[in-house]
Amino acid sequence: MTLASAPPETPRPPETPGPKRRIGDRVFAGSATGAGVLILLVLAGVAIFLISEAWPAVTAPSGDIPGGEGLSGYIAPLIFGTLLAAIIALVIATPLAVAIALYITYYAPRRLATVMGYVIDLLAAIPSVVYGFWGIAALAPALVPFYAWAEEHLGFIPLFAGPASPTGRTMFTAGVMLAVMILPIISAISREVFSQVPALHREAALALGATRWEMIRMAVLPYGKSGVIGGAMLGLGRALGETLAIAIVLSASGGITFNLISSSNPSTIAANIALQFPESTGLDVNTLIASGLALFVITLAVNMLARWIVNRRADFSGAN
Amino acid sequence: MTATRPADRGTAAPPTRGLVEQHRRLPRFAFPALFLLGVLLGVALSAVTGFSIVLAAIYGVVLGTLAVYVVSRGVEGSRKSLDRLVTSVVTTAFAVAMVPLVSLVWTVLSRGLKRLDGEFFNSSMVGIVGEGGGAYHAIFGTLIITGITAVISVPIGLLTAIYLVEYGTGRLKRWITFLVDVMTGIPSIVAGLFAFALFAIFFGPGIRLGIMGAIALSVLMIPVVVRSSEEVLKLVPNELREAAYALGVPKWRTIVKVVLPTAIAGLATGVTLAVARVIGETAPLLITVGIINGTNLDPFSGRMATLPVFAYYQLTQPGFPPEYAIDRAWTAALILIILVMALNVVGRLISRFFAPKTGR
Repeated sequence: MTLASAPPETPRPPETPGPKRRIGDRVFAGSATGAGVLILLVLAGVAIFLISEAWPAVTAPSGDIPGGEGLSGYIAPLIFGTLLAAIIALVIATPLAVAIALYITYYAPRRLATVMGYVIDLLAAIPSVVYGFWGIAALAPALVPFYAWAEEHLGFIPLFAGPASPTGRTMFTAGVMLAVMILPIISAISREVFSQVPALHREAALALGATRWEMIRMAVLPYGKSGVIGGAMLGLGRALGETLAIAIVLSASGGITFNLISSSNPSTIAANIALQFPESTGLDVNTLIASGLALFVITLAVNMLARWIVNRRADFSGAN
Repeated sequence: MTATRPADRGTAAPPTRGLVEQHRRLPRFAFPALFLLGVLLGVALSAVTGFSIVLAAIYGVVLGTLAVYVVSRGVEGSRKSLDRLVTSVVTTAFAVAMVPLVSLVWTVLSRGLKRLDGEFFNSSMVGIVGEGGGAYHAIFGTLIITGITAVISVPIGLLTAIYLVEYGTGRLKRWITFLVDVMTGIPSIVAGLFAFALFAIFFGPGIRLGIMGAIALSVLMIPVVVRSSEEVLKLVPNELREAAYALGVPKWRTIVKVVLPTAIAGLATGVTLAVARVIGETAPLLITVGIINGTNLDPFSGRMATLPVFAYYQLTQPGFPPEYAIDRAWTAALILIILVMALNVVGRLISRFFAPKTGR
């Protein structure tokens, strides 16, 4: 690293290099730096343009906002729906993703493990709209019997109060679908940290007579904990912003409810934008952009937290 | 001397217990057999209560795991049995994760193959009501917009990665690294809103252009390119750079002639995977590009059709009679999956076959 940074200093004293070199280097260094700075500008631009287009909705009288209850009255149920769907997804996906990561890193035969990794990564590559197609055509009908059963036997829990949706286009279906979508993200990062566990730690545990599970519990999981948390947060970020899959699958009618299996559900911010935007004009557009701004802020916060957790681990593991 | 001490502290019991366990180990075939027994029992149970494949699978796996656990606990002791339990739970989890993938591919294949014909590839939707029609306009729209996106994103992303690896120091580098990470998490719909807001300020709110879509997708693609290129450039051994410097090669020529050629396979893989990521994005295009029935290949004037948006509208607004549009939607989804998978495979192959020989 020190060597890599040394050469740009050498051209500075005027005696040593020829002027031609200086120009080439300066142009190249300048454009590289410029590209880096451009990224900062783009991110700032996203915030600035969203704010400027959302501003009319912020200052508008509350009666003019769709729904007639002001901007916060419009966005609040959407934020609730977004968080609810994302949290269901996270609760389902995290344990499963950790188990998959463990399976691929420590249980699967070596030759198969790489292939299995690719296959799981393919899940991440499938476009969101195709997930939506699958959700409405395969997943939702498959879950309908479960909803009927849940209404009958688990109806005392408010989450399953019913009446059960006959189409299966419920918040729970949306959550399961999101779980499938974020599974590869969480498992990819978990896999990475699990495979970085120092061999010495693992071998020491095995040498002391630990079974494979005891080795994982005592050496792998403590080491990988913050990586798993960070991966889960990144998955949460993706789940929060997921748009079309939810727009297609969820039958949304607004309103805040914890009932996961009925056919009236709160929409999510992103799905609501996708559904409303093409037909909107005037202040409605500004309102939708304001809700997009709220989503941007939420995902930004979640992602920053996730990166902070993951990077903290990187610093820690870099030390040993 | 010191090595014996931990064993002493643990008393004499554990080694002997370990020995006993060794003797009491069940033969290798016992556990698959026990698991199978449990599965059969589960299938029988579900057959009694009204057969369904899902219930049979659930009962079977639960009972099979239970059988292995109980027998192992009786014969091999609690530690070993817990290990077996976890093994089968973890394996089951992997199998469960495969279910959606298989189901998804099966659903899309079985419904999408129906319209995967010549007409689908060489006719647009002009004047189509009901049967026929195709996605010619949408396929070309997607290719054009994705191409422009790549043209914008690859230079910016690559230069940023070069900055981060070769030039960047101090606070600016840390900030850019962090913000690129954060940018990776921008929801696609927000990127679409950004491009819309950017153009709406100058051209009014009704504006829909292909180039807007490309800009929105660039916001999503740049961080992916930066991240993957950065990882690859970091792998180029420092000795190569130092050898070039020692020969008096200026830094920029070192990068262009030594660093980039060494890393070219990895860079190509990164770009291919990044293209695969954006080619299926729907939400930003829905907002910025819209949809059109005819063929518009000019990204600087008016709406364009793109494959994902085409699929979305054919499914959600099929018109009457709906079945033809829904068939078209599934075929479009199938083509999307094929495109994405092909890009992924190509990307992996590039990195496998053209990987630099660093001599290690």
